[in-house]
Amino acid sequence: MLDFTLDAEQQMLADTIGRFSQERMRKVFRDADEAEELPADVVREGWEIGLLPTSLPEKYGGFGEHSAVTGAVAVEEFAWGDLAGTLAIMAPSTVAIPVMLCGTEAQKETYLPLFTDMEMPAVTAALTEPRVQYDPRHLATTATRQNGHYVLEGTKTMVPLAGVSETFLVYAAEDGNTQAFFVPAGTEGLQITGREKLMGVRALPTFGLKLEKVTVPAENKLGGETGINFDLILNHSRVALGAAAVGLARAGFEYAREYAKNRRQFGEPIAHRQSIAFMLANMAIDVDAARLMVWETAWLMDKGQDVTREATVMKHFIDDMVLNVADRAVQTLGGYGYIREYPVELWLRNARGFATFDGLALV
Amino acid sequence: MIDFEIPEKIKNELNLTQMVAAQVMRPKSRYYDEHEHELPQEYIQFMWPVLKEQNKRKMEKLRSNGQNGARPEKSGPSTSLLRLIMLIEMLSWGDAGQYLSTPDPALGGAAVEAVGTPEQQFRFLSRFADGEPKWGAMAMTEPGAGSDTSAIRTTAHLDPDTNEWVLNGEKIFCTSGSLALEQSQGFVVVWATIDPEAGRGGMKPFVVEAGTPGVSIAKREHKMGIRASDTAAIVFNDARIPYDNILGSADVQRPDGTTKGFKGAMKTFDASRPAVAASAMGIARAALEYTQERLKEEGISLDYTKPKFELTAVERDLLEMEARYKSAWLLTLRAVGMMSHGHSNRLEASMCKARAGEAVTWITQKAVELLGPLGYSRELLVEKWMRDAKINDIYEGTKQINTLIVARSLLGYSRRELK
Repeated sequence: MLDFTLDAEQQMLADTIGRFSQERMRKVFRDADEAEELPADVVREGWEIGLLPTSLPEKYGGFGEHSAVTGAVAVEEFAWGDLAGTLAIMAPSTVAIPVMLCGTEAQKETYLPLFTDMEMPAVTAALTEPRVQYDPRHLATTATRQNGHYVLEGTKTMVPLAGVSETFLVYAAEDGNTQAFFVPAGTEGLQITGREKLMGVRALPTFGLKLEKVTVPAENKLGGETGINFDLILNHSRVALGAAAVGLARAGFEYAREYAKNRRQFGEPIAHRQSIAFMLANMAIDVDAARLMVWETAWLMDKGQDVTREATVMKHFIDDMVLNVADRAVQTLGGYGYIREYPVELWLRNARGFATFDGLALV
Repeated sequence: MIDFEIPEKIKNELNLTQMVAAQVMRPKSRYYDEHEHELPQEYIQFMWPVLKEQNKRKMEKLRSNGQNGARPEKSGPSTSLLRLIMLIEMLSWGDAGQYLSTPDPALGGAAVEAVGTPEQQFRFLSRFADGEPKWGAMAMTEPGAGSDTSAIRTTAHLDPDTNEWVLNGEKIFCTSGSLALEQSQGFVVVWATIDPEAGRGGMKPFVVEAGTPGVSIAKREHKMGIRASDTAAIVFNDARIPYDNILGSADVQRPDGTTKGFKGAMKTFDASRPAVAASAMGIARAALEYTQERLKEEGISLDYTKPKFELTAVERDLLEMEARYKSAWLLTLRAVGMMSHGHSNRLEASMCKARAGEAVTWITQKAVELLGPLGYSRELLVEKWMRDAKINDIYEGTKQINTLIVARSLLGYSRRELK
């Protein structure tokens, strides 16, 4: 039967993360954006909340059952605090969840226990490629099998935390199908091409990668001979990013609402005017609709259904929604919205990224 | 716990409803659109025996509850609103105009159930348990009182000699008004003021039954769409009804307060707005499915794994249609789910109504566009769906009124603060 309330565990998780977002992330996110650097302690504390370990099976040292719905609830709360911080905290999920979903038994035993430590594991994933017609299902980076090895060639962009990562999960096309390969840092031919300068999420260190004849053993292919179900991985990412977009948009809406109630012009709060109030109402409806789409997709996914269609439709809605809501938040603040003393311009810059963020977080 | 599951029992009932929609309603869709004011007999004759049986059981339950005193408390969420909403969606997928002609107590019945005493419920609702088809209706709107219900001028004056209410005034845009009063032994719940000075506090709902002297149908509207649905103007000229036909108390609360009766009947919006949204989404689904199928025949279908840059403009329109459909439908289900669990859903009901009316309007207009000359042709039903759709953006509170309700609620503002 229909129900749209969190269970006790989800509520507790949401409250915990909500507090962390309010008390920690919101305090540092502007400075972090300006400095283009995330405070390590905040990221560490975010990791220590333990979202990922609770969604990994006990068999591999985790202590929970995986639920995309619960993940979505949690990510929304993180992203309400700050998106760059969220993506840093979630970076390990870009390796852990694909391993959990598609890994061989040996890969699960090797990698999953890494994610149950108090220490944040130094791993990241490289999916995105620096080109206009980028399609995660048809990558330009290639993987070619040669003598029991794979040889990877190509370039990657927006690889979070690459500078400190010990293991990369690199996505590449093998015979036209997207597959993923573990590449240890320092492998010959793997070059980190430098810290990138992005429009938003500036506090998140992302890097470009160059892969020239990078050779890894065949067992480094995620999922072994069978490989991966890339749609499944992408769908898990879209739920995570959808939830993050909802968190960001909710932050924008709430901020704009408070501002509009306090900002007085023509002798009364600007929120007394329908032109402002209706904008706010539509922002709120958009945020709620988006959350429901994320939850429904996650719920179907938890039931084991293929949600490629739902996830695509949801992503289409979300990408527009988050941009539009963030834009309306800036508009509500008028000139102040454009000033960096206020958070809304930062949220607008971050919001535009969702159209390109595929793969940067998974639940 | 977050759950999108529709109970199996409702799903099974929906399968049967879909047969009615596809085999009884759809074949007659064009006919009744072109023959306005003609009763959709096939649908009515099919539905009446079924509804009559359901109402009979309902009346028996009411009777036995009456003997036991209070209603038995049910544990767990109620599925009745969800069932209703799902049926409305499916029937509207069949034909929204015919759905609106369903022989049932409709909004009038909802008000009687929400505020009426057990005696009143018996007196007014048991007619739906036997005999010929009957209709219920609600009359709120007046020529000078559309969105502004506080401007209602219809008066109800108590004649102390006969202990009767005397009604005077004119109501318009009353769905099934003529069906309820002229074409069957039904009733209309009429909103009138017993104290014009008291604003909303003086507004009360009264049950006016078919055959009441002084009540006449002045006009049956000619509309853009939902032509199979009767939309009546009703004139009350010293229409006398028994004192006990008032729903709720006759107390007037001042200055801006509301009585239980007003609040109770207003509460019917919490269910009726999701119901309108569901009807809207039924039309939207019909248009979306048809457009997808027809374009597929032409070799145009949306590949959900394609990146945006590979989508044609038409494919992108299909994606947008689906996104708007899904988002509005989920908002509707949420409003229903909250009510089913006993939570207040005033805000969510307005949210879903505002968004569903907008979505169905856009989706059906887009469907006409995408199908080109065929979309515009009366050979197909798509143009009809576009005409049918628009009413959902208007009745049960226009999108603007519902947005205003949402805005006030989110901002914590009164009517005075946010006009």
